[in-house]
Amino acid sequence: MIFLKLIVTNLRRHRIRSFISVAGIAFSVAAMLTVVTILQGAIGMFSSILSNDSEVIVFERDVSDLFFSNVPGDAATQISDWPMVAHANPVLFGIVSSEGHPIITCFGVTASDARIQKAAWLEGDRGNFAHHDDDVVLGARAAKFLSASLGSQVQIGHATFHVIGVLKTANGFEDGGVFMPLTSAQSFFHKQGTSSVITIKLRNKDDAAAFKSMVRAKYPNLIALEDAEFTRSYSQFRILKATAWAVGGCGLLLGGLGVANTMIMSVFTRIREIAILRVNGFSQVQIGGVIFGESAVVSVFGATTGLLVGSCFLYALKLIPALDGYVDPTIHPLLMLVVLLLAVLTGIAGALYPAIYAMRIRAVEALRFE
Amino acid sequence: MRAAAESNDNERIVLRAESLWKSYDEGTVTVLKGVDCEVAEGQTVALCGPSGCGKSTLLHLFGGLDWPDSGRVLVNGVEVNRRGDLLHLLRHQVGFVFQLHNLIPDLTLAENCLIPTVAAGIDRRAARERLLELTERTGLSHRLNHRIQKLSGGERQRTALCRALMNRPKILLADEPTGSLDEQASKVIFDLLLDLVATEGATLLMATHDRNLAGRCDRLVEMHDGKINEHAHAR
Repeated sequence: MIFLKLIVTNLRRHRIRSFISVAGIAFSVAAMLTVVTILQGAIGMFSSILSNDSEVIVFERDVSDLFFSNVPGDAATQISDWPMVAHANPVLFGIVSSEGHPIITCFGVTASDARIQKAAWLEGDRGNFAHHDDDVVLGARAAKFLSASLGSQVQIGHATFHVIGVLKTANGFEDGGVFMPLTSAQSFFHKQGTSSVITIKLRNKDDAAAFKSMVRAKYPNLIALEDAEFTRSYSQFRILKATAWAVGGCGLLLGGLGVANTMIMSVFTRIREIAILRVNGFSQVQIGGVIFGESAVVSVFGATTGLLVGSCFLYALKLIPALDGYVDPTIHPLLMLVVLLLAVLTGIAGALYPAIYAMRIRAVEALRFE
Repeated sequence: MRAAAESNDNERIVLRAESLWKSYDEGTVTVLKGVDCEVAEGQTVALCGPSGCGKSTLLHLFGGLDWPDSGRVLVNGVEVNRRGDLLHLLRHQVGFVFQLHNLIPDLTLAENCLIPTVAAGIDRRAARERLLELTERTGLSHRLNHRIQKLSGGERQRTALCRALMNRPKILLADEPTGSLDEQASKVIFDLLLDLVATEGATLLMATHDRNLAGRCDRLVEMHDGKINEHAHAR
């Protein structure tokens, strides 16, 4: 109890300093949580575009970005005839711009694509999709920012399209995207006869390994990956994840430096007190325990506050209409645990030098310290 | 305290210094110059001398808070050195009382007194009983939950005395324990100190400038310029 009080007493003694340290850790944790969650959410959304009613994705081997992938059209046709395949849908991705909107994601899909068949159509009839080359279907958010509705003409890139429907999906990228017939998209993006990927639905999921082997054997330039496998290995996702953790890590490092500064000040302002403890039989380990305990309290309190602040911030982002569908405020428990652990470790690392300094204080000299 | 050669065979020596030399500031200031002395069990010994003569340094060496440049310090026959069990010495064998009470201001009287028991890992109930016993004897039992800032100078020094005796040390090292108190408070504290030392069966080695207080100890030892000049029976 007294040990705990020795820890807490110093934090209460310097309330503002303690508050700043806690705030430093809290903002670091909140920043890390927000950045990582937003990017993981984005990755999750992009993955869900690919895994929409499919288990395996086929794309060009060794491309750095799926937008650069070219899968021959006949591959999709041939693969869809394989006995183990329930359906194979070619999808072409493209980025276009329109006035005031520099980035609009375009999806070139067939009429049988799950997005067209299973999404909730707010306007229009899914049966009309791909009847004309200049027909497009808009995601609900895209319709909003393009101020378009059923029957509108919209300028996308260098061409004008006729809106034949508006659909609503939970995915932010899709909801803010434009759906074109595959052939129109191929023509629009000058990628005749190709798609970016083929999404595959197998009759039996257990056939995934056999399917991948067949793709490897028949199409050496293509690669087939299961959805989870793709999410793990896709270089863009890995770069995004690494960036998120690096940014978050920098935040935590700053928080850790804040804790280190606080703990150094804490030790310097209580040298005499540490000497008193030493004279009264406190071991070096016990002195170190007081200092580490203090930093642990700051870190845990800061990390908990950061989790709350981060969660609130993510929910607030979700409430912003422009970001609806792009931000998934669900924080994975494992991420929460990792961030908490990192915060505590950062706090402890920040207390390392101050603790060693405190442990080395010589009582006889420190008692003379005023 | 006496020279080693004078020790009585029937007395058990609890503190012994052999040819102690100690200097500071990279040897430019020599504080102890070959001090030899002994303190027998149960004695009360006053260490007198002008400021800077080495009284405090000698106490620190006996308490294991500092190290001699040469010579040996023995407490209960065991040499105090860097390899020795200093924690055991500080936790169980010696208690310190300083001129400044050296209490932690944000803790209560009770919490300050319990610090040595926390360090030594003593059972909380036993520690609490000991606390009540000592504060009862020192007239502080009504102040247990008061913060140090709320206590008078005399009460603070009594608290420091309680703290020093919490783990029942057999040796009490006191460095000008009444130096910061007025005459009246000094007398009260010193009476209490002698009473506690007697009832606890402890040995007292006390540095002091106050000749009147020193005269009430079993022995009075004069220090001058890092040496023990004389040692005489005070009473």
